[in-house]
Amino acid sequence: MRAGYLSAPSPLPGFGLSFGITISILSITVLLPIAALVGHGLGIGAADLWEVISARRIRAALALSFRAALAASVFNLVFGLALAWALVRYRFWGRRLIDAAIDLPFALPTAVAGIALTALYAPSGVFGQLLSPLGIQIAYTETGIWLALIFIGLPFVVRTVQPVIEEIDREVEEASATLGARRTYTLRRVILPMLTPALLTGFALALARSFGEYGSVIFIAGNLPFQTEIAPLLIVIRLEEYNYDAATAIGLAMLLISFAMLLTINAIQIWSRRRIGNV
Amino acid sequence: MSDTNLMTRPTPVTTEPRLARHILIGTVVTLIAALLFAPLMAVFAEALRQGWAASFEGLTSPDARAAMRLTLIVAAVVVPLNAVFGIAAAWAITRFDFRGKAFLITLIDLPFSVSPVVAGLALVLLFGANSWLGAWLIDHDLRIVFAFPGILLATLFVTFPFVARELIPVMMEQGRAEEEAALTLGAGGWRIFFTVTLPNIRWALLYGVLLCNARAMGEFGAVAVVSGKIRGETTTMPIMIEMLYNEYLSVAAFSLAAALALLALVTLLLKSLLEWRYADLLAITRRH
Repeated sequence: MRAGYLSAPSPLPGFGLSFGITISILSITVLLPIAALVGHGLGIGAADLWEVISARRIRAALALSFRAALAASVFNLVFGLALAWALVRYRFWGRRLIDAAIDLPFALPTAVAGIALTALYAPSGVFGQLLSPLGIQIAYTETGIWLALIFIGLPFVVRTVQPVIEEIDREVEEASATLGARRTYTLRRVILPMLTPALLTGFALALARSFGEYGSVIFIAGNLPFQTEIAPLLIVIRLEEYNYDAATAIGLAMLLISFAMLLTINAIQIWSRRRIGNV
Repeated sequence: MSDTNLMTRPTPVTTEPRLARHILIGTVVTLIAALLFAPLMAVFAEALRQGWAASFEGLTSPDARAAMRLTLIVAAVVVPLNAVFGIAAAWAITRFDFRGKAFLITLIDLPFSVSPVVAGLALVLLFGANSWLGAWLIDHDLRIVFAFPGILLATLFVTFPFVARELIPVMMEQGRAEEEAALTLGAGGWRIFFTVTLPNIRWALLYGVLLCNARAMGEFGAVAVVSGKIRGETTTMPIMIEMLYNEYLSVAAFSLAAALALLALVTLLLKSLLEWRYADLLAITRRH
C-alpha cells in the first residue's frame, strides 16, 4: 500500500498530469472558496456565529428553506416514482415527448423558470385567475415557493429511478403473483424495496438542490421577512448591506444543514440496503 | 410508430388494473402539462405579448446585446475548462488506483450540495476587497469580485461536476484494457488518448458538455452574488432578465428569457437525439 500512495501500479501514462490538473482546478474553484468561508466563520467565533443565527428572522428563513425543500422533495419523490413508472411501464400518447421534457428544469435557466411560473400563477396570470376565485393564492405565498422547488427538483427522482425500473425482471412479479400475492402487495413488498436505494438517491439530490435554490424562488416568493424569505435570499440581502459576518453565519448554517441532510439520507440508504439485502 | 408493438403485451398479473393505469397516466400528463409545458409556453406568450417588433427591440437593445455577449464568452471559457477538468479527473480516477479516490469523487460532487448563493458568498469572502487576497489583487489592478473573473469562477463552481460525472462511470465500465493494448503496441500517452479513449467516450463527453453549457449560460444565484450588476459590463443574460423584470419591463425580460428557453429546447433536443441513438453507451451514466 505504501508504494501506491500517489503512484499507481497502472502501466498507463499521464497520472501526474491528470491528477495535477484535477487537484489544481478543484482547489482553485471549489476548495479554496469553501475554505475561505469556513475560515471566515472560524474568525468570527462559535459564540458570535450562534448569536447571529439565533436572530428570529434568520431562523425563520432557514426553517422556511428547509421546510419547503423537504415538502417539495417529498412531493417529487412520490410524483417522480409515478412518472418513472408510467414512462417505463405504460404506453400512451405523448410518452416520448414527456420523457424528453422531464429534463427541462435542468436545461431551463432558473431565473427564466422563476418569472414564467410567476407569470402563470400570479393572481393576474392564466392559472392564478382560475385559482383566485377559489380562494387559492399561489404566487407570493409559501405555496409558490413549493411550486418553484417542485419544478426544479422534478427530474432527479425520475432520472435515478427510471433505469432501475427498466431493469426489473418481470419474472419476479410473475413469481409473486403465482404465489398468491395481490398486485398491490407485489408492488409494495417486491417492487418498492428494489427501487428504494434509487429513490433515496434521487430524493437526496432533489433535497440538496432545492434547499439551496435561489433563482426560481425569489420571483414567485414575495420575499416577506418571516413569511416568504428563503435563507439564500437573506444571504444576498446581508451581502448587499456589507454585513459579511451575518452572511457567513447563514452560509455556514446552510452548509451544515445540507451535509446533515445528505448524511442522514446516506445512513437510511445503508440501513435499507442491509435490511432488504443487496438489490 | 405503433407503440403497442414495442413490447410484448404484458400479462395481466404484471400490470395494474386498467382503471389504475388510466388514473396514473392522467395525473402524470396533467401535472407535467401544468408544471413543465405551461411555464415554457408562458415564456414565449409573454415575450410576444406586444408583437414581434417589441420583442425584437428588447433583444437588440445595447444592454441585451452586451448581456448576450457576456453570457456567450462565459460559456466559451467555462465549458472547455470543465471538459478538460472532467477528462483529467476521469482519467486519473478510472485509470489509476490511489488512496483517497472515494474522497476525491466526493469532493468533485461537492458543488451539488452547496447552494449557488453560498458558492458566490465564498468567492466574495476569498476575493472580495476586504479579504487580504482580494485587497492584494486589487492593488495589482486585478478585480475578481464584481468583475468578469468572478462571474467565471462562480460559473465554474456550479458547473464543476457536470462533465466528470458523465465520464467517470463510462470510463469505469470500459476498463483500461484497450489503452493497455495500445501501450504495448507502442503508442504514446496522447496518441492513446486521442485514438483509443476519446472515440470511446465522445458521446458521454458531448452529453456532459451539453448539460454544462446549459447550466453555464443559465446560472443565476452564484453569478448574482459576484456580478455586482454593472449594466452592460457584468450583467449576464439571467441577471439582465432579473433587472428588466424588476423594472417592470416585462416584454424585454421575457424576450431575453425566450432566447434562453430556445437554448434549453435545443439542449433537450440534442440530448434526446443522443439518448435515442447511443442509449447503450449512455445508459451506464444514469445508473449511479
